[in-house]
Amino acid sequence: MMIITCPWCGPRNETEFHYGGEAGVAYPADPGVLSDEEWGRFLFVRSNPKGVLHERWSHNAGCRRWFSVHRDTVTHEVGPAR
Amino acid sequence: MSWVPEQPDRVWRSAEPKRRYQVVIVGGGGHGLATAYYLARNHGITDVAVLERGWLAGGNMARNTTIIRSNYLWEASAGIYEHALKLWESLEAELGYPILFSQRGVLNLAHSPQEVRDGMRRVQANLLAGVDAQWLDPMEVAEVCPIVNVSPQLRYPVLGATYQPRGGIAKHDYVAWGFARAASDLGVDIIEHCEVTGFDRRDGRVIGVRTTRGEIGAQTVALSAAGHTSVLADMVGLRVPLQSHALQALVSDLLLPVHPTVVMSNAVHVYVSQAHKGELVMGAGIDAHNSYSQRGAVHVIERQLAAAVELFPVFARAHVLRTWGGIVDVSPDASPIVGLTGIEGLMINCGWGTGGFKATPGIGWCYAHTIAHGQPHPLNAPFTLDRFTTGALVDEHGAAAVAH
Repeated sequence: MMIITCPWCGPRNETEFHYGGEAGVAYPADPGVLSDEEWGRFLFVRSNPKGVLHERWSHNAGCRRWFSVHRDTVTHEVGPAR
Repeated sequence: MSWVPEQPDRVWRSAEPKRRYQVVIVGGGGHGLATAYYLARNHGITDVAVLERGWLAGGNMARNTTIIRSNYLWEASAGIYEHALKLWESLEAELGYPILFSQRGVLNLAHSPQEVRDGMRRVQANLLAGVDAQWLDPMEVAEVCPIVNVSPQLRYPVLGATYQPRGGIAKHDYVAWGFARAASDLGVDIIEHCEVTGFDRRDGRVIGVRTTRGEIGAQTVALSAAGHTSVLADMVGLRVPLQSHALQALVSDLLLPVHPTVVMSNAVHVYVSQAHKGELVMGAGIDAHNSYSQRGAVHVIERQLAAAVELFPVFARAHVLRTWGGIVDVSPDASPIVGLTGIEGLMINCGWGTGGFKATPGIGWCYAHTIAHGQPHPLNAPFTLDRFTTGALVDEHGAAAVAH
Protein backbone atom coordinates (compact mmCIF):
# COMPACT_ATOMS: atom_id res chain seq x y z
CA MET A 1 0.00 0.00 0.00
CA MET A 2 1.45 3.32 -1.06
CA ILE A 3 0.92 6.47 0.98
CA ILE A 4 0.18 9.33 -1.40
CA THR A 5 0.19 12.93 -0.24
CA CYS A 6 -2.82 14.84 -1.52
CA PRO A 7 -1.84 18.53 -1.75
CA TRP A 8 -5.08 19.45 0.00
CA CYS A 9 -5.77 16.57 2.43
CA GLY A 10 -2.28 15.34 3.30
CA PRO A 11 -0.95 11.76 3.32
CA ARG A 12 -3.60 9.11 2.69
CA ASN A 13 -3.73 5.46 1.71
CA GLU A 14 -3.48 4.53 -1.97
CA THR A 15 -7.01 3.06 -1.84
CA GLU A 16 -8.47 6.57 -1.58
CA PHE A 17 -7.01 7.55 -4.95
CA HIS A 18 -7.74 6.94 -8.60
CA TYR A 19 -4.88 6.67 -11.07
CA GLY A 20 -4.81 9.03 -14.03
CA GLY A 21 -1.68 8.00 -15.94
CA GLU A 22 1.01 10.24 -17.36
CA ALA A 23 0.76 13.96 -16.54
CA GLY A 24 1.24 16.81 -18.96
CA VAL A 25 -0.37 15.22 -22.02
CA ALA A 26 -2.03 18.23 -23.64
CA TYR A 27 -4.88 17.96 -26.11
CA PRO A 28 -3.50 18.95 -29.52
CA ALA A 29 -4.03 22.62 -30.25
CA ASP A 30 -5.34 21.87 -33.73
CA PRO A 31 -6.17 18.15 -34.13
CA GLY A 32 -7.20 18.65 -37.75
CA VAL A 33 -3.63 19.30 -38.87
CA LEU A 34 -2.20 16.15 -37.27
CA SER A 35 -1.20 13.18 -39.39
CA ASP A 36 -2.76 9.81 -38.56
CA GLU A 37 0.52 8.82 -36.94
CA GLU A 38 0.61 11.93 -34.75
CA TRP A 39 -3.05 11.50 -33.76
CA GLY A 40 -2.46 7.82 -32.96
CA ARG A 41 0.52 8.79 -30.84
CA PHE A 42 -1.60 11.31 -28.91
CA LEU A 43 -4.38 8.76 -28.37
CA PHE A 44 -2.38 5.67 -27.52
CA VAL A 45 1.26 6.30 -26.64
CA ARG A 46 2.29 7.32 -23.15
CA SER A 47 5.63 7.30 -21.37
CA ASN A 48 6.36 4.02 -19.62
CA PRO A 49 9.69 4.58 -17.85
CA LYS A 50 11.38 2.21 -15.45
CA GLY A 51 12.06 5.01 -12.98
CA VAL A 52 10.44 8.35 -12.24
CA LEU A 53 7.10 9.02 -13.93
CA HIS A 54 5.28 12.36 -13.76
CA GLU A 55 1.68 11.29 -13.31
CA ARG A 56 -1.88 12.28 -12.36
CA TRP A 57 -3.88 11.06 -9.40
CA SER A 58 -7.35 11.99 -8.20
CA HIS A 59 -8.27 11.90 -4.50
CA ASN A 60 -11.63 10.41 -5.37
CA ALA A 61 -12.50 9.12 -1.87
CA GLY A 62 -11.57 12.50 -0.38
CA CYS A 63 -11.60 16.00 -1.86
CA ARG A 64 -11.98 14.59 -5.42
CA ARG A 65 -9.38 16.98 -6.79
CA TRP A 66 -6.73 16.06 -9.38
CA PHE A 67 -3.04 16.66 -8.80
CA SER A 68 0.35 15.55 -10.14
CA VAL A 69 3.19 13.70 -8.45
CA HIS A 70 6.53 12.25 -9.42
CA ARG A 71 6.59 8.55 -8.56
CA ASP A 72 9.31 5.97 -9.04
CA THR A 73 7.83 2.95 -10.87
CA VAL A 74 10.42 0.60 -9.32
CA THR A 75 10.51 1.72 -5.68
CA HIS A 76 6.99 3.26 -5.67
CA GLU A 77 8.45 6.27 -3.83
CA VAL A 78 6.08 9.21 -4.28
CA GLY A 79 7.31 12.80 -4.37
CA PRO A 80 5.53 16.06 -5.12
CA ALA A 81 5.29 17.52 -8.59
CA ARG A 82 8.48 19.39 -9.41
CA MET B 1 -2.46 -34.84 -5.55
CA SER B 2 -0.86 -36.13 -8.70
CA TRP B 3 2.53 -37.16 -9.88
CA VAL B 4 5.02 -34.44 -10.76
CA PRO B 5 7.99 -35.74 -12.74
CA GLU B 6 11.55 -35.37 -11.48
CA GLN B 7 13.84 -33.05 -13.42
CA PRO B 8 17.35 -33.84 -14.68
CA ASP B 9 20.19 -31.70 -13.28
CA ARG B 10 20.86 -29.95 -16.57
CA VAL B 11 18.15 -29.55 -19.18
CA TRP B 12 19.84 -27.30 -21.72
CA ARG B 13 23.34 -26.28 -22.76
CA SER B 14 24.58 -23.02 -21.20
CA ALA B 15 26.31 -21.11 -23.97
CA GLU B 16 28.93 -18.38 -24.08
CA PRO B 17 27.84 -15.55 -26.36
CA LYS B 18 29.37 -15.59 -29.85
CA ARG B 19 30.26 -12.32 -31.62
CA ARG B 20 27.44 -12.64 -34.06
CA TYR B 21 24.21 -14.53 -34.79
CA GLN B 22 21.66 -14.57 -37.54
CA VAL B 23 18.90 -13.95 -34.99
CA VAL B 24 19.18 -12.58 -31.46
CA ILE B 25 16.05 -12.95 -29.36
CA VAL B 26 15.90 -10.59 -26.38
CA GLY B 27 14.05 -12.26 -23.54
CA GLY B 28 14.36 -15.85 -22.34
CA GLY B 29 10.78 -16.36 -21.31
CA GLY B 30 8.28 -18.73 -22.86
CA HIS B 31 7.74 -16.66 -25.99
CA GLY B 32 11.44 -16.15 -26.67
CA LEU B 33 12.26 -19.82 -26.14
CA ALA B 34 9.34 -21.03 -28.25
CA THR B 35 10.33 -18.61 -31.02
CA ALA B 36 13.89 -19.93 -30.97
CA TYR B 37 12.64 -23.52 -31.11
CA TYR B 38 10.34 -22.92 -34.08
CA LEU B 39 13.02 -20.89 -35.90
CA ALA B 40 15.18 -24.00 -35.77
CA ARG B 41 12.47 -26.59 -36.28
CA ASN B 42 10.29 -24.94 -38.93
CA HIS B 43 12.77 -22.74 -40.75
CA GLY B 44 16.15 -24.42 -40.25
CA ILE B 45 17.53 -21.25 -38.66
CA THR B 46 19.78 -22.49 -35.84
CA ASP B 47 22.25 -19.59 -35.65
CA VAL B 48 20.12 -18.12 -32.89
CA ALA B 49 20.79 -16.75 -29.42
CA VAL B 50 18.23 -16.20 -26.69
CA LEU B 51 19.45 -13.51 -24.27
CA GLU B 52 17.97 -13.45 -20.78
CA ARG B 53 18.89 -10.73 -18.29
CA GLY B 54 18.05 -12.91 -15.28
CA TRP B 55 17.64 -16.64 -15.16
CA LEU B 56 15.75 -18.59 -17.76
CA ALA B 57 11.97 -18.22 -17.49
CA GLY B 58 12.28 -16.34 -14.18
CA GLY B 59 9.92 -13.54 -15.19
CA ASN B 60 6.29 -13.87 -16.16
CA MET B 61 6.82 -17.42 -17.39
CA ALA B 62 7.19 -18.49 -13.76
CA ARG B 63 4.57 -16.06 -12.43
CA ASN B 64 1.46 -16.59 -14.55
CA THR B 65 -1.51 -18.69 -13.46
CA THR B 66 -1.00 -21.15 -16.35
CA ILE B 67 -4.51 -20.86 -17.82
CA ILE B 68 -4.84 -21.96 -21.44
CA ARG B 69 -7.92 -21.21 -23.55
CA SER B 70 -8.77 -19.79 -26.97
CA ASN B 71 -12.33 -18.51 -26.51
CA TYR B 72 -11.65 -14.91 -27.51
CA LEU B 73 -14.29 -12.75 -29.14
CA TRP B 74 -12.68 -11.56 -32.36
CA GLU B 75 -11.60 -13.82 -35.21
CA ALA B 76 -8.07 -12.41 -35.18
CA SER B 77 -7.63 -13.35 -31.53
CA ALA B 78 -9.40 -16.69 -31.78
CA GLY B 79 -7.13 -17.44 -34.75
CA ILE B 80 -3.84 -17.09 -32.92
CA TYR B 81 -5.01 -18.50 -29.58
CA GLU B 82 -6.68 -21.50 -31.24
CA HIS B 83 -3.51 -22.13 -33.23
CA ALA B 84 -1.70 -22.14 -29.89
CA LEU B 85 -4.25 -24.46 -28.28
CA LYS B 86 -3.88 -26.97 -31.13
CA LEU B 87 -0.11 -26.90 -30.62
CA TRP B 88 -0.55 -27.33 -26.84
CA GLU B 89 -2.51 -30.51 -27.55
CA SER B 90 0.54 -32.23 -29.03
CA LEU B 91 3.32 -30.24 -27.38
CA GLU B 92 4.42 -32.87 -24.89
CA ALA B 93 5.14 -35.36 -27.67
CA GLU B 94 6.65 -32.62 -29.84
CA LEU B 95 9.15 -31.55 -27.17
CA GLY B 96 9.63 -35.01 -25.69
CA TYR B 97 9.23 -33.42 -22.30
CA PRO B 98 6.46 -33.52 -19.68
CA ILE B 99 4.47 -30.29 -19.50
CA LEU B 100 1.46 -31.59 -17.55
CA PHE B 101 -1.04 -30.07 -19.98
CA SER B 102 -4.45 -30.85 -18.52
CA GLN B 103 -7.57 -30.06 -20.57
CA ARG B 104 -9.89 -29.73 -17.61
CA GLY B 105 -12.03 -27.01 -19.16
CA VAL B 106 -12.38 -23.28 -18.51
CA LEU B 107 -15.52 -21.57 -17.18
CA ASN B 108 -15.97 -17.81 -17.64
CA LEU B 109 -18.75 -16.78 -15.26
CA ALA B 110 -21.39 -14.17 -16.02
CA HIS B 111 -22.81 -12.16 -13.12
CA SER B 112 -25.07 -9.61 -14.81
CA PRO B 113 -27.57 -9.63 -17.69
CA GLN B 114 -25.06 -7.76 -19.82
CA GLU B 115 -22.39 -10.37 -19.11
CA VAL B 116 -24.90 -13.08 -20.05
CA ARG B 117 -25.54 -11.38 -23.41
CA ASP B 118 -21.81 -10.86 -23.98
CA GLY B 119 -21.05 -14.46 -23.03
CA MET B 120 -23.71 -15.89 -25.35
CA ARG B 121 -22.44 -13.68 -28.14
CA ARG B 122 -18.89 -14.87 -27.54
CA VAL B 123 -20.01 -18.53 -27.59
CA GLN B 124 -21.61 -17.99 -31.01
CA ALA B 125 -18.55 -16.11 -32.29
CA ASN B 126 -16.31 -18.94 -31.03
CA LEU B 127 -18.40 -21.60 -32.77
CA LEU B 128 -18.20 -19.66 -36.05
CA ALA B 129 -14.43 -19.40 -35.59
CA GLY B 130 -14.08 -23.15 -35.00
CA VAL B 131 -13.42 -22.84 -31.28
CA ASP B 132 -15.24 -25.22 -28.91
CA ALA B 133 -17.65 -23.26 -26.74
CA GLN B 134 -20.83 -23.85 -24.77
CA TRP B 135 -23.23 -21.71 -22.80
CA LEU B 136 -24.08 -23.18 -19.38
CA ASP B 137 -26.89 -22.15 -17.05
CA PRO B 138 -26.14 -21.98 -13.29
CA MET B 139 -27.14 -25.61 -12.62
CA GLU B 140 -24.88 -26.78 -15.45
CA VAL B 141 -22.08 -24.65 -13.98
CA ALA B 142 -22.56 -26.49 -10.69
CA GLU B 143 -22.35 -29.83 -12.50
CA VAL B 144 -19.02 -28.90 -14.09
CA CYS B 145 -17.65 -27.35 -10.89
CA PRO B 146 -19.64 -28.38 -7.78
CA ILE B 147 -17.78 -26.03 -5.41
CA VAL B 148 -18.96 -22.86 -7.18
CA ASN B 149 -21.67 -21.13 -5.16
CA VAL B 150 -24.56 -20.68 -7.61
CA SER B 151 -26.96 -19.39 -4.97
CA PRO B 152 -29.08 -16.45 -6.21
CA GLN B 153 -28.44 -14.84 -2.80
CA LEU B 154 -24.90 -13.79 -3.76
CA ARG B 155 -24.15 -10.10 -4.19
CA TYR B 156 -23.06 -10.96 -7.73
CA PRO B 157 -24.91 -14.22 -8.44
CA VAL B 158 -23.72 -16.64 -11.10
CA LEU B 159 -26.21 -16.24 -13.97
CA GLY B 160 -24.42 -18.60 -16.32
CA ALA B 161 -21.04 -19.21 -17.87
CA THR B 162 -19.23 -19.86 -21.09
CA TYR B 163 -17.40 -23.17 -21.08
CA GLN B 164 -14.47 -24.26 -23.21
CA PRO B 165 -13.86 -27.95 -22.49
CA ARG B 166 -10.52 -28.01 -24.35
CA GLY B 167 -9.09 -25.24 -22.17
CA GLY B 168 -7.03 -26.04 -19.11
CA ILE B 169 -3.65 -25.58 -17.46
CA ALA B 170 -0.03 -26.68 -17.94
CA LYS B 171 3.02 -26.56 -15.71
CA HIS B 172 4.61 -23.34 -16.87
CA ASP B 173 8.22 -23.89 -15.79
CA TYR B 174 8.27 -27.30 -17.45
CA VAL B 175 7.00 -25.69 -20.65
CA ALA B 176 9.92 -23.25 -20.57
CA TRP B 177 12.44 -25.98 -19.85
CA GLY B 178 10.96 -28.21 -22.55
CA PHE B 179 11.31 -25.47 -25.17
CA ALA B 180 14.79 -24.56 -23.88
CA ARG B 181 16.00 -28.15 -24.10
CA ALA B 182 14.51 -28.74 -27.54
CA ALA B 183 15.89 -25.44 -28.89
CA SER B 184 19.29 -26.09 -27.33
CA ASP B 185 19.41 -29.57 -28.86
CA LEU B 186 18.80 -28.00 -32.29
CA GLY B 187 21.78 -25.65 -31.82
CA VAL B 188 20.25 -22.52 -30.28
CA ASP B 189 22.46 -20.72 -27.74
CA ILE B 190 20.67 -19.89 -24.50
CA ILE B 191 22.55 -17.16 -22.66
CA GLU B 192 21.45 -16.22 -19.18
CA HIS B 193 22.49 -13.23 -17.05
CA CYS B 194 22.99 -11.24 -20.23
CA GLU B 195 21.13 -7.94 -20.12
CA VAL B 196 20.73 -5.80 -23.20
CA THR B 197 21.96 -2.25 -22.45
CA GLY B 198 21.80 -0.74 -25.93
CA PHE B 199 21.51 -1.31 -29.66
CA ASP B 200 24.11 -0.95 -32.39
CA ARG B 201 22.83 0.72 -35.54
CA ARG B 202 24.22 1.48 -38.97
CA ASP B 203 22.32 3.69 -41.43
CA GLY B 204 19.27 3.39 -39.21
CA ARG B 205 19.34 -0.40 -39.28
CA VAL B 206 19.75 -2.37 -36.05
CA ILE B 207 22.86 -4.53 -36.47
CA GLY B 208 23.30 -5.87 -32.96
CA VAL B 209 22.93 -5.38 -29.25
CA ARG B 210 25.21 -4.22 -26.45
CA THR B 211 24.94 -6.40 -23.40
CA THR B 212 26.43 -6.92 -19.97
CA ARG B 213 28.39 -9.76 -21.62
CA GLY B 214 29.70 -7.79 -24.57
CA GLU B 215 28.52 -6.75 -28.02
CA ILE B 216 26.59 -9.26 -30.09
CA GLY B 217 25.88 -8.69 -33.76
CA ALA B 218 22.70 -9.88 -35.44
CA GLN B 219 20.91 -9.77 -38.78
CA THR B 220 17.66 -9.59 -36.87
CA VAL B 221 17.04 -8.58 -33.25
CA ALA B 222 13.70 -9.88 -32.05
CA LEU B 223 12.32 -8.38 -28.84
CA SER B 224 10.31 -10.68 -26.63
CA ALA B 225 10.59 -8.94 -23.29
CA ALA B 226 7.00 -8.52 -22.06
CA GLY B 227 6.85 -5.86 -19.31
CA HIS B 228 10.33 -4.54 -20.12
CA THR B 229 9.65 -3.94 -23.82
CA SER B 230 9.28 -0.18 -23.32
CA VAL B 231 12.70 -0.02 -21.64
CA LEU B 232 14.30 -1.67 -24.69
CA ALA B 233 12.22 0.28 -27.21
CA ASP B 234 13.21 3.56 -25.54
CA MET B 235 16.89 2.67 -26.14
CA VAL B 236 16.28 2.59 -29.86
CA GLY B 237 13.83 5.51 -30.03
CA LEU B 238 10.80 3.35 -30.82
CA ARG B 239 7.55 4.53 -29.25
CA VAL B 240 5.28 1.62 -28.34
CA PRO B 241 1.78 2.02 -26.87
CA LEU B 242 2.41 -0.04 -23.76
CA GLN B 243 1.99 0.54 -20.04
CA SER B 244 3.70 -1.79 -17.57
CA HIS B 245 1.76 -2.89 -14.52
CA ALA B 246 2.21 -5.33 -11.67
CA LEU B 247 -0.11 -8.32 -11.85
CA GLN B 248 -0.41 -10.41 -8.72
CA ALA B 249 -1.18 -14.04 -8.09
CA LEU B 250 -1.05 -16.37 -5.13
CA VAL B 251 -1.19 -20.00 -4.10
CA SER B 252 -2.81 -21.66 -1.11
CA ASP B 253 -1.44 -24.50 0.95
CA LEU B 254 -1.79 -27.97 -0.56
CA LEU B 255 -5.32 -29.34 -0.58
CA LEU B 256 -6.91 -32.60 -1.63
CA PRO B 257 -8.54 -32.41 -5.07
CA VAL B 258 -11.53 -30.06 -4.70
CA HIS B 259 -11.51 -28.01 -7.89
CA PRO B 260 -11.91 -29.96 -11.13
CA THR B 261 -11.72 -27.18 -13.71
CA VAL B 262 -10.64 -23.54 -14.21
CA VAL B 263 -13.02 -20.76 -13.16
CA MET B 264 -12.64 -17.15 -14.22
CA SER B 265 -14.81 -14.21 -13.30
CA ASN B 266 -14.34 -10.80 -14.86
CA ALA B 267 -16.96 -9.06 -12.73
CA VAL B 268 -15.60 -10.03 -9.33
CA HIS B 269 -12.03 -10.19 -10.61
CA VAL B 270 -10.69 -13.58 -9.74
CA TYR B 271 -9.61 -16.68 -11.59
CA VAL B 272 -8.67 -19.94 -9.96
CA SER B 273 -7.57 -23.47 -10.69
CA GLN B 274 -5.98 -26.23 -8.63
CA ALA B 275 -2.43 -27.11 -9.59
CA HIS B 276 -1.20 -30.68 -9.99
CA LYS B 277 0.44 -30.72 -6.55
CA GLY B 278 -2.80 -29.52 -4.94
CA GLU B 279 -2.39 -25.81 -4.28
CA LEU B 280 -5.12 -23.43 -5.38
CA VAL B 281 -3.70 -20.95 -7.88
CA MET B 282 -5.47 -17.59 -8.01
CA GLY B 283 -4.89 -14.46 -9.98
CA ALA B 284 -6.06 -10.92 -9.42
CA GLY B 285 -6.41 -7.86 -11.59
CA ILE B 286 -3.52 -5.53 -12.32
CA ASP B 287 -2.50 -2.84 -9.88
CA ALA B 288 -3.86 0.36 -11.44
CA HIS B 289 -0.64 2.37 -11.59
CA ASN B 290 2.41 1.81 -13.79
CA SER B 291 4.99 -0.36 -12.10
CA TYR B 292 8.22 -2.24 -12.69
CA SER B 293 8.24 -3.64 -9.16
CA GLN B 294 7.47 -7.36 -9.14
CA ARG B 295 5.12 -7.00 -6.23
CA GLY B 296 1.74 -5.36 -5.80
CA ALA B 297 -0.47 -3.89 -3.12
CA VAL B 298 -2.08 -6.01 -0.43
CA HIS B 299 -5.51 -4.46 -0.94
CA VAL B 300 -5.65 -5.96 -4.44
CA ILE B 301 -5.04 -9.43 -2.99
CA GLU B 302 -7.61 -8.76 -0.28
CA ARG B 303 -10.26 -7.90 -2.85
CA GLN B 304 -9.40 -10.94 -4.94
CA LEU B 305 -9.68 -13.27 -1.93
CA ALA B 306 -12.99 -11.73 -0.88
CA ALA B 307 -14.32 -12.53 -4.35
CA ALA B 308 -12.87 -16.04 -4.26
CA VAL B 309 -14.39 -16.90 -0.88
CA GLU B 310 -17.80 -15.61 -1.93
CA LEU B 311 -17.73 -17.70 -5.10
CA PHE B 312 -16.11 -20.72 -3.42
CA PRO B 313 -17.21 -20.91 0.24
CA VAL B 314 -15.06 -24.05 0.62
CA PHE B 315 -11.93 -21.89 0.26
CA ALA B 316 -12.63 -19.99 3.50
CA ARG B 317 -10.35 -22.23 5.58
CA ALA B 318 -7.51 -22.38 3.07
CA HIS B 319 -4.34 -20.44 3.81
CA VAL B 320 -2.36 -18.20 1.53
CA LEU B 321 1.06 -19.78 1.14
CA ARG B 322 2.73 -17.27 -1.16
CA THR B 323 1.91 -14.19 -3.23
CA TRP B 324 3.96 -12.59 -5.98
CA GLY B 325 3.77 -10.18 -8.87
CA GLY B 326 4.91 -10.04 -12.47
CA ILE B 327 5.26 -7.05 -14.79
CA VAL B 328 2.78 -7.17 -17.65
CA ASP B 329 2.76 -4.97 -20.75
CA VAL B 330 -0.76 -3.79 -21.41
CA SER B 331 -1.71 -2.39 -24.81
CA PRO B 332 -4.61 0.01 -25.47
CA ASP B 333 -6.85 -2.63 -27.09
CA ALA B 334 -5.79 -5.55 -24.84
CA SER B 335 -4.28 -7.30 -27.85
CA PRO B 336 -0.66 -8.15 -28.60
CA ILE B 337 1.70 -6.20 -30.85
CA VAL B 338 3.76 -8.47 -33.10
CA GLY B 339 5.90 -7.99 -36.16
CA LEU B 340 7.76 -5.22 -37.96
CA THR B 341 8.72 -2.01 -36.19
CA GLY B 342 9.58 0.35 -39.03
CA ILE B 343 13.24 -0.07 -38.02
CA GLU B 344 15.19 -2.47 -40.25
CA GLY B 345 16.56 -5.43 -38.37
CA LEU B 346 14.26 -5.03 -35.37
CA MET B 347 11.14 -7.10 -34.68
CA ILE B 348 8.75 -6.81 -31.79
CA ASN B 349 6.56 -9.18 -29.80
CA CYS B 350 4.81 -7.57 -26.85
CA GLY B 351 1.51 -6.31 -25.50
CA TRP B 352 0.27 -9.73 -24.39
CA GLY B 353 -0.56 -8.05 -21.12
CA THR B 354 -2.07 -10.41 -18.64
CA GLY B 355 -2.59 -13.39 -20.95
CA GLY B 356 0.56 -14.28 -22.85
CA PHE B 357 1.26 -17.71 -21.38
CA LYS B 358 -1.56 -19.45 -23.23
CA ALA B 359 -0.19 -18.17 -26.54
CA THR B 360 3.35 -19.51 -25.97
CA PRO B 361 3.59 -22.19 -28.70
CA GLY B 362 1.32 -20.28 -31.10
CA ILE B 363 3.25 -17.03 -30.95
CA GLY B 364 6.56 -18.90 -31.04
CA TRP B 365 5.41 -20.49 -34.29
CA CYS B 366 4.15 -17.23 -35.83
CA TYR B 367 6.94 -14.94 -34.58
CA ALA B 368 9.52 -17.40 -35.96
CA HIS B 369 7.75 -17.24 -39.32
CA THR B 370 7.70 -13.42 -39.15
CA ILE B 371 11.45 -13.33 -38.39
CA ALA B 372 12.35 -15.92 -41.02
CA HIS B 373 10.35 -14.28 -43.83
CA GLY B 374 10.57 -10.63 -42.80
CA GLN B 375 6.79 -10.57 -43.16
CA PRO B 376 4.04 -11.28 -40.64
CA HIS B 377 2.53 -14.76 -40.47
CA PRO B 378 -1.16 -14.49 -41.47
CA LEU B 379 -2.19 -15.22 -37.87
CA ASN B 380 -0.23 -12.29 -36.42
CA ALA B 381 -0.80 -9.94 -39.37
CA PRO B 382 -3.78 -8.25 -37.61
CA PHE B 383 -1.57 -7.42 -34.61
CA THR B 384 0.82 -4.95 -36.22
CA LEU B 385 2.22 -1.92 -34.43
CA ASP B 386 0.79 0.36 -37.11
CA ARG B 387 -2.81 -0.50 -36.18
CA PHE B 388 -2.47 2.34 -33.68
CA THR B 389 -2.02 4.64 -36.68
CA THR B 390 -4.59 3.10 -39.01
CA GLY B 391 -7.16 2.58 -36.25
CA ALA B 392 -7.68 -1.13 -37.09
CA LEU B 393 -7.70 -2.13 -33.42
CA VAL B 394 -8.47 -5.66 -32.19
CA ASP B 395 -10.52 -4.59 -29.21
CA GLU B 396 -10.46 -7.63 -26.95
CA HIS B 397 -11.55 -6.00 -23.71
CA GLY B 398 -14.70 -8.08 -24.03
CA ALA B 399 -12.71 -11.26 -23.49
CA ALA B 400 -9.58 -9.97 -21.88
CA ALA B 401 -10.39 -7.01 -19.69
CA VAL B 402 -9.62 -9.03 -16.61
CA ALA B 403 -6.25 -10.53 -16.05
CA HIS B 404 -6.12 -14.01 -17.48
